[in-house]
Formats: sequence, structure tokens, C-alpha cells
Amino acid sequence: MAVTVVFLGKLADLAGVGDKSVAAPLDWRGLLSALPGPLGEAVQGDKVRIAVNGELLADKASLAASDGDEIALLPPVSGG
Amino acid sequence: MLDVRLIDQPFNPGAFVGPFTNAHPGLGGLCTFVGEVRGEVDVEALELTHYAPLTLKGMQALGAQAVERFGLMGLLIVHRTGVMHPGEPIVLVSACARHRRGAIDAVDFAMDHLKARSWFWKREQRADGWHWIEPRGEDHADLARWDTKTAAA
Repeated sequence: MAVTVVFLGKLADLAGVGDKSVAAPLDWRGLLSALPGPLGEAVQGDKVRIAVNGELLADKASLAASDGDEIALLPPVSGG
Repeated sequence: MLDVRLIDQPFNPGAFVGPFTNAHPGLGGLCTFVGEVRGEVDVEALELTHYAPLTLKGMQALGAQAVERFGLMGLLIVHRTGVMHPGEPIVLVSACARHRRGAIDAVDFAMDHLKARSWFWKREQRADGWHWIEPRGEDHADLARWDTKTAAA
């Protein structure tokens, strides 16, 4: 019963891992409490986007992930 | 024909452009851009990370938009991921159309959007370790060139 949280770009460095399993169901508040310290602060930044199963959320606070979902935390892109 | 690929190994742009050209008999203009990892004094390697559920899908949507906007016969986008070294190709965009202008503009449009919008994160390896590359303001200014609302204002 878990949600996979994937960290991209420098968020992966802050997390120290590429992904992490968090108990489902998971909302925005639950996500922040699962990501303590500088990582949680970075994720709250305006420029960090969230995708659930490959679909971007317009509003991070609307996060509602269930068992088996994959959440990606996406910092600003640095260009191809 | 829209052909968009992500590849994690070094590639030879010519090996893609030849078959792409042959697949479009009757074309009037073909324009190709190849971006390579720039040689910098201190940079030993460049690593490009992507996120599979978003990156390719986003590039395909960009490609479809370019085909529609510039009336292309075909568009090819090949983008590297993984660790690269100076001099290696990182991106190839090739567009063909009945007339040159559409092909040239489509490549410029696709490159500006790839640079500013595509889901890639880049870091450089220097003597003291890896450094993430931050977004550049110029990339967003380049993108604004294609905003029809701004252009009309």
C-alpha cells in the first residue's frame, strides 16, 4: 500500500535517492511531512511541479495519490 | 512523418538524416540542426536526466505542434540522455517541407522549445565534482519570439 515518489534533478541530490516509497493514500500535506528538512522546503518552491502518473498537476495542493501511483517532483528544467 | 526519439548512446546525425530525407520524396527544402556538447575549459562531462513518463510525450506534442504550424512534410527530433562528452551530438532536429521557410523556421521553433520547455535536467562534471545547470533567462526570452499574442501586440 504505497505511492512511489520520484525525485528529479537536484531534488534527487537533496533526497540522497532517486525515489522513495511513501504510505498511501497521500495528499500534499502528507507528502510534505514525508519529506523533512531542505527537501520539503525545496518542494514547496513555486517552480517545482508535481506529476502524478505522468500528468502534471495545476495545483500541488490538490495532490491525491493512491496505492500504486507514481508521483514525480520536478524542479525547473535546465534545457535540452 | 513525425519521428521523435530519446537515445542513451552516442549517435551519428547523418545516419538519421539520410533515411529521413529519403522518406520524403518531393520535398523542396530540408533544414537540419545538430547541437553538440560544447567544449569548455573546465567541463569534463555533461549528464542529461529525463523522466520517461513526461519527456518523450512532451517532445512528441512539440513536434506535432511544429508540423501543424509550419506545414511540414516531416520532422525528426533525436535527443540524447545520459553522460556525454564535449564534441558529442546532444540533439538533432531535421525538418522538411515543400518550401525552405517552413523547414528553417520549424527547426528554430523546435530548438527554442526543447531548450526552454522539455523535461531535461542537466549537470556538468568539473574537476571538483558535479554541478546542476540552472535555467537560463535567455531560454525563456527565445521562447517568447514564438508567442503569437506577444508578436501581434
